[in-house]
Amino acid sequence: MADRTGITTETVLEQGQVVYHRPDALSTMLTHYCPGCTHGIIHRLIAEAIDELGIRQKTIMIAPVGCSVLIYHYFDLDAVEAAHGRAPAMATGLKRTQPDKVVFAYQGDGDLASIGAAEIVHCANRGERITVFFVNNAVYGMTSGQMAPTTLPGQVTTSSPGGRDVRMHGYPMRVAELIAGLPGSAYVVRRSVYDIRTIRQAKKAVVTALKCQLAGLGFSMVEFLSSCPTNWHLAPTDALAWIRDTMVPYYPLGDYKVTDAVRALE
Amino acid sequence: MPTRRELWKGNEAIAEAAVRAGVEAFFGYPITPQTELLEYLSARMPELGRVFLQAESEVASINMVYGAACGGMRAMSASSGPGISLMQEGLSYIAGSEVPVVLVDVMRGGPGLGNIQPSQADYFQLTRSAGHGDFHPLVLAPSTIQEAVDITYETFVLAEKYRTLVIVATDGSLGQMMEPAEMPAMRPLLNEAGRGPWAVRGASGRPKRIITSLFLNEHDLEALNLRLQAKLRVIEQNERRWEELDTDDAEYLVVAFGTVGRTCKTVLRAARREGIRVGLYRPISLWPFPSPRLHALARQVRAMLVVEMNAGQMLEDVRLAVEGQCPVEFYGRMGGVTPLPEEILQALQRVTTDCPAGTSVGAALPGAGGV
Repeated sequence: MADRTGITTETVLEQGQVVYHRPDALSTMLTHYCPGCTHGIIHRLIAEAIDELGIRQKTIMIAPVGCSVLIYHYFDLDAVEAAHGRAPAMATGLKRTQPDKVVFAYQGDGDLASIGAAEIVHCANRGERITVFFVNNAVYGMTSGQMAPTTLPGQVTTSSPGGRDVRMHGYPMRVAELIAGLPGSAYVVRRSVYDIRTIRQAKKAVVTALKCQLAGLGFSMVEFLSSCPTNWHLAPTDALAWIRDTMVPYYPLGDYKVTDAVRALE
Repeated sequence: MPTRRELWKGNEAIAEAAVRAGVEAFFGYPITPQTELLEYLSARMPELGRVFLQAESEVASINMVYGAACGGMRAMSASSGPGISLMQEGLSYIAGSEVPVVLVDVMRGGPGLGNIQPSQADYFQLTRSAGHGDFHPLVLAPSTIQEAVDITYETFVLAEKYRTLVIVATDGSLGQMMEPAEMPAMRPLLNEAGRGPWAVRGASGRPKRIITSLFLNEHDLEALNLRLQAKLRVIEQNERRWEELDTDDAEYLVVAFGTVGRTCKTVLRAARREGIRVGLYRPISLWPFPSPRLHALARQVRAMLVVEMNAGQMLEDVRLAVEGQCPVEFYGRMGGVTPLPEEILQALQRVTTDCPAGTSVGAALPGAGGV
């Protein structure tokens, strides 16, 4: 196919330099995510990191229950589907029996911080040599916007129609801080993907988390503050601004645990 | 070659039999009366370079087993009623994704926290409701420690053959007692080529593999269910197991499994001395229930007596198998109480009084004549 200048796609591919392409670790299947959802960006960052580290063929992914339940369709990796919240336990079983593999779980906030709170805490505390990518969008997305353990005070959801009342529902859980407090964790950071700068910072963290696992240094986790335009009832760009202006003040971005051994990898 | 019979505690014997069978990973949580099984493996597995991990809960331990088994590893857990209840979610996922797993239930008294005495009150749970959705595990119930060893040794082969969950159903009595047993030979561990062609081990040089129990399209999920049901029918055909004793001339039949099946052998000897022509039918596979032979025996005997350490759970399977051809009576003790041979003999005597030899079956059970 030629455009008005007469340059064909073939010519570009032959003569030009490809600077951006789909990572090998991603499949060709289109995702089902809502417009403006940042799951897709996070998927891509993980896939890029897997490609760069050359570990696609020895990586096993554990899918959660939640919006990313079908994640195994979107990656070109061996994968298993866990019960709601149990991904860290499945990851433990896989990693303990196949220690030469790279094992990571991808979990949302309801999955990890509510129904799976026991599994994530003990997995991290044992120092399992696995990696968890924790996507926090302050709401249950798949079931259409109920209150999550990470829903902010006053935030209106379909199960907190008057806004989250902390006297009734308790407080939003700061997971990265909690996990960083456990001796078994080696690398725990919080990042976001609301602009180019934060996306680049998030990418670096994903690489470090996987390197931490490859070096057998202990449990690694990257928490991502992620958008949910549909259930926040915001336009995609407004949702990104909401992460920056409303979520980040409660969930500060930063490094919560970086052991000396992990720092030496960076 | 001389036999090498050694004195074994039931829970430890099952643990060692699993080791000999080639278990590569054990994940569990302490619970009486199962705990010695976990304790034994906590020393034995690392000694052999295999995986042992004490999980934070039964919820976690069964999901660790699920993860390991997804990798094609021989993995197992063990628990007792309250723990099995917590595992039911994981067991359903294991069934839905057709991953081979072995589980041991050392039953105790229930419901609730109940107590730690022997019981058979998990019969419904294991055979009918091991988790949500349509499935049955293969459930095998030994009555001696030797039989527990032999069954455990076979479980991984069965689990892999049918890609199914296999449960060894014992109780606190069998778990805690000691008796002589001979261990089988140490089976070599699976090698890479021996693992299932579905196992998730990293997509190296082949297309990716996915293990899931999620099928959003209703026709896809029905297709999975139809495949599971077809597999269960094959298991029914191939794996019905039972022991029968003195049934050739029997006019009465005692039906009992596990520990109670063993107690009933004592009862049989005493009853025969009193001139009661009684036989024993001891189901070994609780699912699939060995119905056809029991159905045939129902045409021969005057009446059956089902004896269990529960309120009458296997009783329902016996009645389904008998299809009204003869009266089916029940004697059970609950809450961790073990029925004594004398009590069972008295119950049998009541059955022989109610359904005396020489009366017609039709007269003994109104409405059942001509079946």
